[in-house]
Amino acid sequence: MKALSHAVSDAAVIAWRNVIKIKRVPDVLVFVLISPIMFVLLFAFVFGNSINIPGGSYREFLIAGIFAQTVVFGATFTGAGLAEDIQKGIINRFRALPMSRSALLVGRTVSDVVYNALSLLIMALTGLVVGWGISSSVLDAVAGFALLLAFAYAFSWVMAYVGLLVPSVEVINNASFMVTMPLTFVANTFVPAENLPPVLRTFALWNPVSAVTQATRELFGNIPPGTAPPEAWPLQHPVLYTLLWAVLLVAVFAPLAVHRYRTSGRRA
Amino acid sequence: MANLVEASGLVKRYREVTALDGLDLAVAEGSVLGLLGPNGAGKTTAVSILATLLEPDAGSARVAGIDVRSRPRDVRRRIGLSGQFAAVDEHLTGFENLVMVGRLYHLGRHRARARAGELLELFDLAEAGGRPVKTYSGGMRRRLDLAGALVAAPPVLFLDEPTTGLDPQGRRQLWEVIRGMVGGGTTVLLTTQYLEEADQLADRILVIDHGRAIAEGTADELKSRIGAERIEVTVTDGAALEPARAALARFAVGEQLADGRSRTLITPIAGGAPVLAAALHELAQAHIAVRDVGLRRPTLDDVFLTLTGHVSAPEENGQ
Ligand SMILES: Nc1ncnc2c1ncn2[C@@H]1O[C@H](COP(=O)(O)OP(=O)(O)OP(=O)(O)O)[C@@H](O)[C@H]1O
Ligand SMILES: [Mg+2]
Repeated sequence: MKALSHAVSDAAVIAWRNVIKIKRVPDVLVFVLISPIMFVLLFAFVFGNSINIPGGSYREFLIAGIFAQTVVFGATFTGAGLAEDIQKGIINRFRALPMSRSALLVGRTVSDVVYNALSLLIMALTGLVVGWGISSSVLDAVAGFALLLAFAYAFSWVMAYVGLLVPSVEVINNASFMVTMPLTFVANTFVPAENLPPVLRTFALWNPVSAVTQATRELFGNIPPGTAPPEAWPLQHPVLYTLLWAVLLVAVFAPLAVHRYRTSGRRA
Repeated sequence: MANLVEASGLVKRYREVTALDGLDLAVAEGSVLGLLGPNGAGKTTAVSILATLLEPDAGSARVAGIDVRSRPRDVRRRIGLSGQFAAVDEHLTGFENLVMVGRLYHLGRHRARARAGELLELFDLAEAGGRPVKTYSGGMRRRLDLAGALVAAPPVLFLDEPTTGLDPQGRRQLWEVIRGMVGGGTTVLLTTQYLEEADQLADRILVIDHGRAIAEGTADELKSRIGAERIEVTVTDGAALEPARAALARFAVGEQLADGRSRTLITPIAGGAPVLAAALHELAQAHIAVRDVGLRRPTLDDVFLTLTGHVSAPEENGQ
């Protein structure tokens, strides 16, 4: 009981430490608040009129994709933060403290949920300005945001593990692009998955990022009436498929990351 | 008295490098052990193992009676660590750093804040306490890191080169703080490159090289083995080294060491400046041309020269 309450309070201390950086570290502010605005505006105005969505507007279609992409990119931040803790040596301070062994990682992933929530808020407001809207119920809309955050949380455990493996912040920032770019572009984020060439199409249909995007579109009521229902199973059950992935990612990567944190033989 | 830190047969290898090669050590409760050794001797590795950051490949260690391998969490509750490189969060203020550490020791919000204030005061950081650490000088970071080790007032402290990077005043202040802690019953293991520091603080000194203990004793015991002071003479002509040695032999209280490459002769003496004057006179009588001469207190190098018979091998360690 005491161990559990320590685990929670230790993680909360770490999360607090990360969250206060939003106002201190310009990089964080730009990453969390400014670049999402840029994304929405750029995509809305550059591609907004050049791609046709049958029966709907591309901006409506686009926003959920940008949301999904942004929270997936956000996971890189988790890994970069941990890589920085190692690089700057502060991880040795933590490892010599009687704190819960999961606290550094849980605290980090939780604070990144806060970052992601702020990013989503900013993007939603920007979206509203450029003509996007939610045409479902409040409850559905909340469920949409919650699903995005849940998937983002799970994915940040992947990057947490990677962050503990790489030698420096630069490496993870560059290497993660090789994962996050295909994941977020070979998907239904910016064009309907059905329009992609065959191999990419299969990948896109089973890509969890597509499911998150599809689920969000449905929950926000951003799918024009009369659109043909998707043919792939994941996109027919996007909420379930997303949650399955989220559970799977946490179940695999959280233990790996905690183990790595505990055993990585860093030096005083 | 019980030993609060005890290690036996510690071995740690990094690929082809053997950082620790069967190290034994013990620190009695309420005392200070100075771990002395040149670069790459294995000091940081030893501290890392005792502070539960690293697992040894062989050997065992107990801190406050607790095995570091099987119960690391319980060990961590009882230790404070200040590593060789300051482990502080750049983006937090000094105050926030210490509060965070206090909360992670589970002091509670109120106690953690009070303790952070006290320690900033103690380490002369009260004024800077509200500024992000990235605006601190190297010495200020170092002091903040040391403060972090004291947050929980732990019974055992590990300090890895605590005064490296501090100015003379900061060094003296830290010595005072450590003496105060020891006066209150804290047990300390500190590493240093400076014999003087070990001399000032340590009850016992353990000299290590290549991961092995090569000497142990009180500062006085070690000094009496190597002589209190030495005359260092550099001659102009290498051929004069032997005659110089002969000329100064009668002042020597220990083995004289001549280094042909640097044309330097080291003669341990007792008696200070008058002996130096007499020695210079002697050299002049023997018509030995002297380029440089000086009276020095023994350094770590002298300890090594005497204990190992060779100058401590320069290590290229990639830190
Ligand atoms: N992570 C590592 N990988 C490879 N070799 C290592 C590693 N850490 C230490 N070593 C080697 O182990 C030996 C002991 O290193 P250690 O840091 O313990 O020495 P030290 O006495 O603390 O030296 P210094 O006075 O320079 O701090 C050195 O030869 C070093 O190169
Ligand atoms: Mg060291």
